[in-house]
Amino acid sequence: MRGRALFLSIGIFIAFACITGWAGNPDTVRLGAILAVTGPNANLGTPEARTIQMLVDKANAGGGIAGKKVELFLRDSQGSPEKAISFAKQLIEEEQVLAIIGPSTSGESMKLKGLCNDSQTILLSCAAAETIVNPVSPWVFKVAPMDSSAARMIFQTMKRMGISRIGVLTSNSGFGQGGKAQLEKLAPADGISIAISEVYDKEATDLTGVLTKIRGQNVQALVNWSTEPAQAIVLKNVRQLGFDVPVFQSHGFGNLAYVAAAGKAAEGVIFPAGRVLVADGLPASNLQKKLLMEYRAAYMAQFKDEPSTFGGHAFDAFTVLAEAVRRAGTDRNKVRDAIEGMKGIAGTGGIFNFSPADHNGLAIDCFEMLTVKDGKFVPLAR
Amino acid sequence: MSAAQLLQYLLSGVATGSIYAIVGIGFTIIYNSTGIINFAQGEFLMLGGMIAVSLQAFLPLTAAIAGAVVVTGLVGVAVQLVFLSWLKKPGVLRMIIITIGLSILMREAALHVWDEKVHALPPWSGDETSSLAVLGARISPQVAWVLAVSALMVAALTLFFRFTLTGKAMRACASNPAAARLCGIRAPWLVSLSFFLAAAMGALAGCVVSPLTQTQYDMGTSLAVKGFTCAVLGGLGNVSAAVGAGILVGVLESASISVLPLAYKDVVALTIMLAILLLRPQGLFAGMTRKRGPLGRVGGA
Repeated sequence: MRGRALFLSIGIFIAFACITGWAGNPDTVRLGAILAVTGPNANLGTPEARTIQMLVDKANAGGGIAGKKVELFLRDSQGSPEKAISFAKQLIEEEQVLAIIGPSTSGESMKLKGLCNDSQTILLSCAAAETIVNPVSPWVFKVAPMDSSAARMIFQTMKRMGISRIGVLTSNSGFGQGGKAQLEKLAPADGISIAISEVYDKEATDLTGVLTKIRGQNVQALVNWSTEPAQAIVLKNVRQLGFDVPVFQSHGFGNLAYVAAAGKAAEGVIFPAGRVLVADGLPASNLQKKLLMEYRAAYMAQFKDEPSTFGGHAFDAFTVLAEAVRRAGTDRNKVRDAIEGMKGIAGTGGIFNFSPADHNGLAIDCFEMLTVKDGKFVPLAR
Repeated sequence: MSAAQLLQYLLSGVATGSIYAIVGIGFTIIYNSTGIINFAQGEFLMLGGMIAVSLQAFLPLTAAIAGAVVVTGLVGVAVQLVFLSWLKKPGVLRMIIITIGLSILMREAALHVWDEKVHALPPWSGDETSSLAVLGARISPQVAWVLAVSALMVAALTLFFRFTLTGKAMRACASNPAAARLCGIRAPWLVSLSFFLAAAMGALAGCVVSPLTQTQYDMGTSLAVKGFTCAVLGGLGNVSAAVGAGILVGVLESASISVLPLAYKDVVALTIMLAILLLRPQGLFAGMTRKRGPLGRVGGA
């Protein structure tokens, strides 16, 4: 009997908890975040999670968004699509969140695309792949710049440098696969031929073998596309082999930890990136400058660490959502419509102009071509 | 394919293989003296690299590495005393699960003590871009360091297990704990010593590969898988064979890269491992169920 009583009371407790959960509090903004805080993509998720927490705390200290406190439900997916799916289901069904910020990686984001669309939950992905918003899903947005824009920026720079025959290396992550597809699709338009395209394991520790193979193809430049630590190994191996061609990286390189890890081998590498990394050097007329300087200062003060473009994606996702809530309240249909109608919102990644057909809102000029000089990121001299 | 290119593939294989080999050595030490396969060996490498990177901020490189080796060795002893020493006659499966659990614990602890970022020690000689030219092919001088350190470890371990009283006592404990105790050997103390050695050697390996592989809190697992493959391929417990096997796997991977797309590299490595397990399983399973180290197989092949 006692066992049954205990069982019953637990059942009642769970039912009660569910009912209160369902009811929610209409005066709060229930915000989910699924980010790769640990695991191989922690370099993306950690600054993102820190940024979100910082912005939520700041908003709540100032009375919330339009008088509504923000309730943050932060989950660490460890970069695993399976975990991202189960956390998303939990956030959607149990926590009944208005929106989910993240995931950090393209692979995870693609898994959540259908799920969020079916459950009418706004997804603000922080990942790069074009396929997240192309074709457009009504409830899925993304604030990180397109990988197609990054590829086009790289090809335009190559054209200026007189490069026409290249080798491509990509990692076997969702980000790498997306990049490989865009590079191969867009190269012919800029008159560039890809002589060889190879894929490496994201946990690779030595790449001299495949670089030897690429060198044998007499290429004029090398493009590496990954977010993992292997992108620093590529740089070291290229220089150790005496493979003397310009090396281009994707926008996944925008993190000083990689420059430190590659040391002298990072000098001269060329890559597209958001302006977070070079905020100091922007002209005063730049619409993003004030916001970038503020974000940098706040991030460095709280975390004693350089901000990266990835933390900037989380900043932009929160900024877009907060603006939509200010305009439309917490009704999910109205918030979604508000995001779709937003024009000229300055974020760390660029100026966002959303429309029903464009759920990214960033143009190709959101990128700046950067290089590494004396261990620091600087704009590439034209 | 030109001769220079062929040689370059060979050297790349040696570079990759040297990393596998030095990780493989760590597995053999604990196996030799206790019959345990320590799946947390990769984490000892990570710890060594991380501690050295931290110490290097205020110590010269050599002192930082020495410090990392000693500290990691002590961590190894602590792990053995806290988690393993109270187990009486643990089964193989139980030990595997415990050491896998330990590896997760150490990884998560490292994430909190340090951070999620990638770190790297500077190369021991030259800088990140320097290389040695060998007949038109090039190789990082750090690979020479890895090979030299591996050779030193093999020599030192062989001498230790063959010719010192402590080394012989350790082998005796693995071979027959009861008889060893009757002869007055203090077995528990020697097991702690073997964990100290394995952790310290792991830390040294972690420091010497750090300029090549870089060091991150979760690097341990993937390195351990490859290192374990090589330890098995060489016949568990055989230190010099583990090194040979490591370099063999590296060269085979490199050969596969030269003709097949890079993505098939691991398929080649794992196929070899499966073939070995099918054709010569005694290297792995016979040793584990006997619950004793393969006496006298420490040095020679």
